[in-house]
Amino acid sequence: MADINAFIDNEVKSNDVVLFMKGTPQFPMCGFSGQVVQILDYVGAPYKAHNVLENADLRQGIKDYANWPTIPQLYIKGEFVGGCDIVREMFQSGELAQTLEANGIQVKKAG
Amino acid sequence: MAMAAEDIERMIKEALPDAKVEIKDLAGDGDHYAATVISPAFAGLSKVKQHQMVYAALKGNMGGVLHALALTTSAE
Repeated sequence: MADINAFIDNEVKSNDVVLFMKGTPQFPMCGFSGQVVQILDYVGAPYKAHNVLENADLRQGIKDYANWPTIPQLYIKGEFVGGCDIVREMFQSGELAQTLEANGIQVKKAG
Repeated sequence: MAMAAEDIERMIKEALPDAKVEIKDLAGDGDHYAATVISPAFAGLSKVKQHQMVYAALKGNMGGVLHALALTTSAE
């Protein structure tokens, strides 16, 4: 299905922050997806989540799109940012909040 | 489905011969690992590119046979 690539491309470019995950933010179905949800909630960034478990084309398509073999995948302003490990590292170093702010995305102020 | 730690290390070193690789079996089940890969080949590359190089070394096993590999990469 060639359309899935166009769908993903449109999603990540028309939404500021997009998370492709297993399950939903309320009910993550995988620990790695759950961690990224917690981080995004903590940082306070609004995001759009897609549950890849509901769509086999999307589940495979997103791996092909980013040349990245695993889920979750986080996109900011159309750019693939990383999976769970990178997002966690960026969160811990403060880089995640900086990247969001640099892209004009509202985050909660610390403190 | 699982993969031995030695196989993971060997595949990474085949692709990145100068890399220092450390693998931990997190759950003792041969399916949830943490790997630290340090290679000069990563210098100047984004984290995404660094991780993609490790995933490429694992030749499609990541996300398939290998479910969980928490990855930490650095150039030094």
